[in-house]
Amino acid sequence: MNAKANLSTIYDDGVIRQFSIMAVVWGVVGMLVGVVIAAQLVWPELNLGLPWTSFGRLRPLHTNAVIFAFGGSALFASSYYVVQRTCQTRLFAGKLASFTFWGWQAVILAAAISLPLGFTQAKEYAELEWPIDILIAIVWVSYAIVFFGTIAQRKIKHIYVANWFYGAFIITVALLHIVNSAAIPAGFMKSYSAYAGVQDAMVQWWYGHNAVGFFLTAGFLGMMYYFVPKQAERPVYSYSLSIVHFWALIFTYMWAGPHHLHYTALPDWVSSLGMVFSLILFAPSWGGMINGIMTLSGAWHKLRTDPILRFLIVSLSFYGMSTFEGPMMSIKTVNALSHYTDWTVGHVHSGALGWVGLVSMGTLYFLVPRLFGQKQMYSMKAIELHFWMATVGIVLYITALWISGVMEGLMWRAINPDGTLAYTFIESVKAKHPYYIIRLLGGLLYLSGMLVMLWNVIKTARNGKAVNILVPAVKAH
Amino acid sequence: MNDFINDFWPILINVISLGGILGCALLLWRTSKTKVTKSKDGTSGHVWDEDLKEMNNPLPLWWVRLFAITIVFGLVYLSLYPGLGRYDGQLGWTKNKQYDKEIAEANKALEPIYAKYAAMSIEDLSKNEDAKGIGQRLFLNNCAQCHGSDARGTRGFPNLTDQDWLYGGSPEKIKETINNGRMGVMPPMAAAVGNEEEIKNVANYVLSLSNSQHDAKRAELGKTKFTTICAACHGADGKGNQLVGAPNLTDNIWLHGAGEANIIKRIHEGKTNQMPSWQAKFTPEQIHVLTSYVWGMSNH
Repeated sequence: MNAKANLSTIYDDGVIRQFSIMAVVWGVVGMLVGVVIAAQLVWPELNLGLPWTSFGRLRPLHTNAVIFAFGGSALFASSYYVVQRTCQTRLFAGKLASFTFWGWQAVILAAAISLPLGFTQAKEYAELEWPIDILIAIVWVSYAIVFFGTIAQRKIKHIYVANWFYGAFIITVALLHIVNSAAIPAGFMKSYSAYAGVQDAMVQWWYGHNAVGFFLTAGFLGMMYYFVPKQAERPVYSYSLSIVHFWALIFTYMWAGPHHLHYTALPDWVSSLGMVFSLILFAPSWGGMINGIMTLSGAWHKLRTDPILRFLIVSLSFYGMSTFEGPMMSIKTVNALSHYTDWTVGHVHSGALGWVGLVSMGTLYFLVPRLFGQKQMYSMKAIELHFWMATVGIVLYITALWISGVMEGLMWRAINPDGTLAYTFIESVKAKHPYYIIRLLGGLLYLSGMLVMLWNVIKTARNGKAVNILVPAVKAH
Repeated sequence: MNDFINDFWPILINVISLGGILGCALLLWRTSKTKVTKSKDGTSGHVWDEDLKEMNNPLPLWWVRLFAITIVFGLVYLSLYPGLGRYDGQLGWTKNKQYDKEIAEANKALEPIYAKYAAMSIEDLSKNEDAKGIGQRLFLNNCAQCHGSDARGTRGFPNLTDQDWLYGGSPEKIKETINNGRMGVMPPMAAAVGNEEEIKNVANYVLSLSNSQHDAKRAELGKTKFTTICAACHGADGKGNQLVGAPNLTDNIWLHGAGEANIIKRIHEGKTNQMPSWQAKFTPEQIHVLTSYVWGMSNH
């Protein structure tokens, strides 16, 4: 048998190993920066009086690192794994897949250098300057070619539901990134947005909310649809439900962005449309949660003994919680209280730490031993410990910011009988101080859990070695 | 609704957005009605990656109802409120109307409270405890950002508790300042004064006016330049001119920094310093009360 024929019968797992390890590494880095800026909010002296270490520059570093470096690497790794397994074929254009790894790491490195130096397009979650944006676009198109190329050469007739979600995520993120990053360069690391005024704001939040909808939701739902049934060893609960909630998510998410701009220069009708679609999003979002959690029916006892399954199922509970909270916060009158407060930050983190973080960790705990020829992770006890540290961390984090956010919103609107504001702004800042300490503690716990994971992953990888896994022959059924 | 330059966009947006909602409703209705075909083990019969299967349980009824309720709510909302292009909604609501209404109601409720203060003089009002409380709250929320919560100011922002007034400390002048704001401008004067030596001499003369630490010889040399150039605004005696907001240089209060180096910097660069106008934000009665509070800080 020649080498080529040999190669085509094993899965292309090298790039998955790379992305999996880097997901854990970037998770630690991104969460560490998060803890640093949370500490800066408690002790402003930690800004050190230097521009490079100031909150304003480190905050986008944190968001980019956790969303695109940690979350992104986890999505690349899991989608390459899932698409090969469910199509029973190697990755299409393996070299291009390898390029997506090195290209994506280059983007992350460029972000880690340029953001502290102060280069920014000043668009939230799209801060990176135009040369980096171009690299992102090239990597992303390559990703699409690899993913859809693999789908095209599949050996299984039906496309598995996880791949619909990964596919939607890849196509939409390309569209969002290219449209929102359109800018006129004015020098090597300087540019001006192609849009002006409120239209610029609207394009930004069309991007921003769909980044939540397609990067942080659809992509991770793809993850959920493979790893939950695999880990639970149960069939997915309902095929019909997956169809309805998939198409409903696609149709409605696109319009939800304006709820980020209620009561601004945005015209009323755009604002209303954003609110209505955000409310209609509620049921489709819960469709994914139901399908994931109900997959466990008949296997609930596994939650008691399997910490990996617990990561996956608790992540779905947080997904359900934040997709209930989100539509509520999009209602104009609720938004009038919640907007610009810590409530928003708490909401985002219940989704980010609870849903995106936990589902990725569960997925990586599933993947890493298999990628390194091990039966399970080096220490199951450490996974258990990680689970509790993460969960307690999230609860501390989000309850602290709920309280501080609602309190701050109420303080801002409190009015004396003489028409003056009852509290000055600085009083609301002072009142938040204790909650910022609790938030820092929560973040610290979550980060510590991630360090436990890093140790566990290194031990597992060291104990095992990269193995070649054969593509099984296609069975007729 | 003048957000559109032609009729194409509102029609397109309405078709896509309503189409999206109706599409969701149709999909939901169809799927909940379709009878699902199952193989023997209750799954769809498809298998991926050795053991991945899908059951085809019907949509949970409570979930279908929840979905339907949000769709109905959405359509009702879009008929009542602006949301579909040029259609204004049955209720005629806009956020601007809501704001104007709330402000008008609040101002009406406040009228009787402020009416009695409006009739009082600034001097009497500054002794009234209730009015002082209102004034202080207005100050802390609007003025303290620059002048400080103790009103003692900071570099570039005047102290309001002393007797040093750039534009005058009478009730009328303070009210004028709050209403219209102020724009203080000193042009860069280095070219007019001369070379670096001459600038240093003038700076030392300025320091001598307040008996600050200075070089007496240089001050003597700089006097002529001061009286021919700087005196135009700051006066021959250096006591300033409140008509143009030129600071008094003899009282040892230095808004933009004390000492020779700072004065030389000001001669070189000049300074533009602005206080914004507040009359659009407050009613005249509120400004009356605020004036009495500010005046009272340096007069009691």
